Amino acid sequence: MLVPLSWLKEYVDINISVDELEEKLFSCGFEVEEKYEVGHDISKVVVGYVEECEPIPDTHLHLCKVNAGEAGVLQICCGADNVRAGGKFPLALIGATVYATAKDHKTVEGVMTIGQGKLRGYDSFGMLCSGVEIGLTEDMYEGAGYNGLLVLPDDAVTGADVKPIVGLDDWIFDIAITANRPDCQSIFGIAREVAAVLGTKLHEPALDYTETEVKKEGFAVKVAAPDICPRYIGHYVYDVKIAPSPAWMRRRLALIGQTPISNLVDITNYILNELGQPMHAFDYAYLEGDQINVRRAEDGEKIVTLDEKELTLNSSNLVICDGVKPVALAGIMGGLNSEILDSTTEVLFEAAKFARDNIRKSSRALGKASDSSARFSKGVDEYTTVMAMKRALHLIEELDCGKVSSTHVDTNTGNTIEASELKVSVNKVNGVLGITVPTDDILRILKGLAFDPVLEGDELTLRVPAYREDMESYQDVAEEVIRMYGYDHVKGTFMPTAEVTLGGYNLEQKTELKIKRALCAAGASEGVHYSFFSPSSLDLIGLPEDAWERKAIRIMNPINEDLSLMRTTLAPQMIQAMQRNQKKGILEGRIYELGNIFVPGSLPLTEYPEELETICIGCFGEDEDFFSVKGVVEVVADTLGTEFEYEASQKPFLHPYRTAKILCNGEEVGYMGQIKYELIDELDMRVDSFIAQIDLYKLKKYYAGEQTFIPLPRFPEEKRDLCFVMDKNITCAQIEKEIKNSCELITDVKLFDVYEGMQLGMDKKSMAFTVVYTPGEEELTSDKVDGYVSGLLETLKDKYGAVLRS
Amino acid sequence: MADLNELSEKLSSIKAEIKAELEKKETSKSVFEYRKTIFDSKTGKIGSLMREMGKIPNEMKAEYGKRVNEMKAWAQDMFEEMDEKFRKEEMKHRYESEKLDVTMPAREIKIGYLHPNTLIRNRIVDIFGSMGFEIYEGTEIETDYYNFTALNTPDDHPARDMQDTFYLSDKFLLRTQTSAGQIHVMEAKKPPIKIISPGKVFRSDDDATHSPMFSQMEGLVVDKGITLCDLKGMLDEFVRRIFGEGTSTRLRPSYFPFTEPSVEVDVSCFQCHGKGCKLCKGTGWIEVLGAGVVNKKVLEGCGIDPDVYSGFAFGIGIERIAMLKYGINNIKLLFESDLRVLEQIRE
Repeated sequence: MLVPLSWLKEYVDINISVDELEEKLFSCGFEVEEKYEVGHDISKVVVGYVEECEPIPDTHLHLCKVNAGEAGVLQICCGADNVRAGGKFPLALIGATVYATAKDHKTVEGVMTIGQGKLRGYDSFGMLCSGVEIGLTEDMYEGAGYNGLLVLPDDAVTGADVKPIVGLDDWIFDIAITANRPDCQSIFGIAREVAAVLGTKLHEPALDYTETEVKKEGFAVKVAAPDICPRYIGHYVYDVKIAPSPAWMRRRLALIGQTPISNLVDITNYILNELGQPMHAFDYAYLEGDQINVRRAEDGEKIVTLDEKELTLNSSNLVICDGVKPVALAGIMGGLNSEILDSTTEVLFEAAKFARDNIRKSSRALGKASDSSARFSKGVDEYTTVMAMKRALHLIEELDCGKVSSTHVDTNTGNTIEASELKVSVNKVNGVLGITVPTDDILRILKGLAFDPVLEGDELTLRVPAYREDMESYQDVAEEVIRMYGYDHVKGTFMPTAEVTLGGYNLEQKTELKIKRALCAAGASEGVHYSFFSPSSLDLIGLPEDAWERKAIRIMNPINEDLSLMRTTLAPQMIQAMQRNQKKGILEGRIYELGNIFVPGSLPLTEYPEELETICIGCFGEDEDFFSVKGVVEVVADTLGTEFEYEASQKPFLHPYRTAKILCNGEEVGYMGQIKYELIDELDMRVDSFIAQIDLYKLKKYYAGEQTFIPLPRFPEEKRDLCFVMDKNITCAQIEKEIKNSCELITDVKLFDVYEGMQLGMDKKSMAFTVVYTPGEEELTSDKVDGYVSGLLETLKDKYGAVLRS
Repeated sequence: MADLNELSEKLSSIKAEIKAELEKKETSKSVFEYRKTIFDSKTGKIGSLMREMGKIPNEMKAEYGKRVNEMKAWAQDMFEEMDEKFRKEEMKHRYESEKLDVTMPAREIKIGYLHPNTLIRNRIVDIFGSMGFEIYEGTEIETDYYNFTALNTPDDHPARDMQDTFYLSDKFLLRTQTSAGQIHVMEAKKPPIKIISPGKVFRSDDDATHSPMFSQMEGLVVDKGITLCDLKGMLDEFVRRIFGEGTSTRLRPSYFPFTEPSVEVDVSCFQCHGKGCKLCKGTGWIEVLGAGVVNKKVLEGCGIDPDVYSGFAFGIGIERIAMLKYGINNIKLLFESDLRVLEQIRE
């Protein structure tokens, strides 16, 4: 929120520097996001008194002798039509910075530094300036809009800095207001805080006015929706004379970036910024039936707002109607049909309180936001609603732009605007803080905040002003005290009264970290991808129409379609990650992600969906092949102390013969494979790429806690290298399994060679395994092992026709 | 063999022969082969000498044995010497033939790296874990109740505007803050409670400095007599451990619906130590987290008596810390799996 220092000073005495004020505001909870001097771009511009002014023949220029005070009398060439001897104008000295304007002399094109110039052969030691050139507009300073020199008052001291004279030395503070302080969404609201933090006096804006005898007979206000319009105040004003606002009001509105319109409209805008209460003025001549009805809109009802846009409403929107039609979209924008015009002679002023969520939701749903809706969304209190109407009527009189009738209607639901009592224990307040704030300080602070504190023993009785709707308990009081007392008084302690707790990772967290570290050791780096993806991701991996992964949770209000579905698989984003890397010329790498997939019970969601931990591994590069990637997958099994088995399988997006299902004790726990070439081409990927997805959530049963040591075998192991010849279509896994099952002493079976060749026959191959027999309590003799082996040979021959290669 | 003279002669001739033969040898292998033939117990010139013991008259046996053994020892020394000589040479050759350019590149052992978020998360978890905090991981999908209402942010509350929320249905949403986990913990567990709750959170913000998904770590302590000073003390310890000795915190007023008082916590700039630099935008302080004393309404809502217990809560943005610590300039880089990023931070 923009706060001009000069405006703020109307309500509170400020005798500290702007930096100190910023520091004070910051310390009590109001961060100044930005502050700047109104004339921050302007420097070295002084009051110049034109002593002599002679036209330069055959030009529009004048050659002037300008007294610049300490800088002496300077020769200046000037092209403005209103330059004259005896006049005082802003003079930019050499080295001054002012705004450069376009040919129209109005559009600012940047900042320029004045140098010594020469016009038509005449030296010029500076420049006489227009209002625009020193950053002024007509609204900011009367006469500044003139397309020529800015005329300074005769009493301006020659050679003095021009900034204070025209108000360029004013400062603007842009202050962030937290959501709990809607009462500070105004310049007066900030003034209250400044007065409290500085301990200086607060000057309330004048609220007095005199009602005439005139009445609008029969005028009535009906509120059909008091739940969302708890208070509505209307006041009839007549004999209205529409004119520009006075200079002081136009200047203030201009300083906060608003364009003054006319006295009536400006009063409403002024009060919105001064007090934080949005107001509205209706041209009474266009209100039918001498009445105001506040009600929910009918479905399909239409209104054309001030910005000439037609809106179609529904029953969640609140409208202000006359006897016939909607005349305003409550709290958001007035209707075009009752707009204040130059011809307006009678108005109805409105000050109301509307429910913040109703305005917020309507504003969002209709896509229509205004300063008014912003204030209402944050919350407006009824104290201010009442105050604002008084202030508006006062300004009507002050600006002499109408007469205040005695037709005043105030409908309310009985909410008081008086201060309410709050009793708290001082001990509890200090208990929240952990320090003991001296009682005198507590009382001083609360008095400064207008809480009228009374202390009896430990009990503190406060009178909380109605605009402080955030004050409810000792915790709120504690916050008020400490933000004014200073957070630097809070000294660190280390929970002296708390119990000692153990803390740390649980088994699941430990295991997942272990898996991550193991995958890193296997050369893969951890990636993190969004939990949502594009519906096209499901097509990317060719999921059939009936695949469960297609039943994904949709975000109702996604940023865009590409981020609209809660992911049901990690693979698409991993493929895209590999794609991005390859496009950037990174042609080898391993990435893994450990994240959740989201599986809904039903759609739309009626209960929490399952969030299932999943691992996805992506490997790419010339050195990668199916088995190198399988090695990375095995790392997961090894880390968990379990074993994976693999079965040839198929996936629409994977190589038909290089894809496997991953199983763990017979349960399918994932898949792996090489990305098929069509997809590689489609995505402009450059090297063979592989992917594996492991359903980690199915493996939680293998998470093991403490490990126990297994003693080393007392007797030496026996190893046998066995080479079998068999049909080509028999898999390694089949033989391996058979070997393992042949003897319980076998602790390891490892394939070390595969051979296919003419010697064996076209449809044959040989596979050689190292088999390790580990003895138990008894020594293993060679004979015993030979016995096991011959048993194994028989089985393999019977089952697979595999014979020992001679 | 009649007498010892004869033996002497024989031994001399063997000696001469061995000497002569060894002269001719050029490799340790040939020395080894020759040695085998000499010492062969059947056919070897020395090996067979012992077999002839039987033919020696008894009175000469001792002397015969002695001389033969002397001979044997001599021969062995000879062979050893030669062997040593050749081995040395051969090793020298071998080493020379195996000369390397040690400046050639290493055979790569590729290892991967944990994500910067994980690194920071682990550091934070380790710090708080050692202070007795348990880790609670909530769900990414939450209900409106846990994410807002139970955190003292009812439907009409303007604070709902502070966070642009992704909705999945009227009731379900993507959590906007890990604070949602607080309520689950307090409903399930009675004080003393000390938890941290790391996880992904989501807000409908997507521009140069915002990512629609990022990570937070919520912390919550509820016990008897917990105060704002305790919050300060613990955060001081935390920033000291994560940003280094000499860093301190500054509290300033802020607002979160579920804490009262609420504070924004700044840490003294760990780069310039308060002098003012680019990192802290010249202020000497860096905003790192939000915190506060748990609002009694939140405790009451979870069935915890605020007259007996009090607590504090804090929320840390993981990416923010990661970016500050590692100087990562764009949050989006953390979610793109660009290996040039992932392989750069190696803690």
